[in-house]
Amino acid sequence: MSTTTSDMVTLLLGVGGILLFASAVGYALQRKLSPDGSNGAIENLNARIKAWWAMVFLIAIAFIAGRVGVLLLFAFCSFAALREFITLINTRRADHWAIAAAFFLALPINYYLLWAEEYGIYAIFIPVYAFLLMPIIAVLRGDTQNFLLRISEVQWALMICVFCASHVPALLTLQIPGYEGRNVLLIAFLVIVVQSSDVLQYVWGKLFGRTKIAPMLSPSKTVEGFVGGVASATLLGASLWWITPFTPFQAGLMSFIITMMGFFGGLVMSAIKRDRGVKDWGHLIEGHGGLIDRLDSVVFSAPIFFHLTRYWWSLT
Amino acid sequence: MIRPLLAKLASVAIMMFARALTAARALWHETGLPPKQSVYFANHSSHGDFILIWAVLPPWLREHARPVASAEYWLKSKLTSFIGRDVFNAVLIERDPAARTSDPVEQMAAALDDGASLIVFPEGTRNQTEARLLPFKSGLYHLARKRPDVALVPVWINNLNRVMPKGEFVPIPLICTINFGEPLKVRPDESKGDFIARAEGALVALAPAQTDNDA
Repeated sequence: MSTTTSDMVTLLLGVGGILLFASAVGYALQRKLSPDGSNGAIENLNARIKAWWAMVFLIAIAFIAGRVGVLLLFAFCSFAALREFITLINTRRADHWAIAAAFFLALPINYYLLWAEEYGIYAIFIPVYAFLLMPIIAVLRGDTQNFLLRISEVQWALMICVFCASHVPALLTLQIPGYEGRNVLLIAFLVIVVQSSDVLQYVWGKLFGRTKIAPMLSPSKTVEGFVGGVASATLLGASLWWITPFTPFQAGLMSFIITMMGFFGGLVMSAIKRDRGVKDWGHLIEGHGGLIDRLDSVVFSAPIFFHLTRYWWSLT
Repeated sequence: MIRPLLAKLASVAIMMFARALTAARALWHETGLPPKQSVYFANHSSHGDFILIWAVLPPWLREHARPVASAEYWLKSKLTSFIGRDVFNAVLIERDPAARTSDPVEQMAAALDDGASLIVFPEGTRNQTEARLLPFKSGLYHLARKRPDVALVPVWINNLNRVMPKGEFVPIPLICTINFGEPLKVRPDESKGDFIARAEGALVALAPAQTDNDA
């Protein structure tokens, strides 16, 4: 067994152990406090834990399937996220072709370029080509009402759901000396740090949360949850240095940046939901709401993590 | 032998396609699932409307559900008639009163007597206007009078008109919700106008509040 595989197995066993523990706690709480399924908070907690099992299972399958598996998984995530996003924005009949192009051209081309490892064109395809071509497609229909608003929203949707989200599998294209064949662990590192930060902020907030941190945006987020979650997720990230090309200190610093981007990303996406008058982006994942509800912090941290790693560690 | 198998395959494929495109989700009324035999009446904005209702019904309700559709449209070609007749087992009615040979209300009542549920669009045609609903045709009332015991279930289909507006041939993926309302029945002394107004009101009440999205 290669070190990459054995590290992967160790990680999976660790995550599986934590989920097993969470399931046991959830089961005990349910037996004690909500035997008839009437306690909403506990039912939601258990739905979330179940969904976590499914998500970890899916990610594990994708990792086993290799590069193509990971790319397909994230292409699907981008598709579902874009579908949630476009559902909520202002569109008019005249945007039909521009939106169809976003789904059926921009998204597949973006992931194809990653598969082909054409980094140069990948990095500008959506920010430049889609940015210029989509308004051209829309303008040909001649409908000027809310034009700037409409084209901005579609471009923003593509940037967030496709371009930024695809920076997670883009980690596979980095060439880091002494780290060959282990890039998939960088994805694991990013996902574990971001998601544990979300969960730990929730747990710290539930236990010690007093002071609201952003009452206008996200009434459930507290200063105590934020500080405790970021600090503990940073420590967790530092302790995972052995799966990364970083030293423990660098891994901690990276984790800190990842968790901060994730936190503020979550606030940005909350602001959009509030403006649109919805609580969740969708209903894809039982207990979690939509896919974007789970992905928001990953989307904001992935490109920064990718570029910091690329600038200082990668040859490409 | 081959034809029913093909029809089964086609129905699974159509359903998977509809789900991939719209992540269709049913919101049931607080009183629970509709009765086993129902007449689902819905707003009509796209050819895909009945497919979405059909796709979100649980299998034991879906197997009885037959869409009521225009014979002129579905018997146009071999493919459409295969989809209309074999895949969806539609009750095909002739819409032109002058030319028709059988009474649509009689056909629908006969289908109900066979134990089927029906999916109907009382607006009679796809709504291409800014109005939420077109005025209902009277067929729903006459059917309700003929079979007063069958529950009439209002169903609001949200967003499908954005997925594939009239005149477009590439659908765009958007999330659609299908909102089922409380079953209603015609009252013994209710006039046609009162019943139609009540049915229209029950359907519009299921529509989401108007937002900037519709602007």
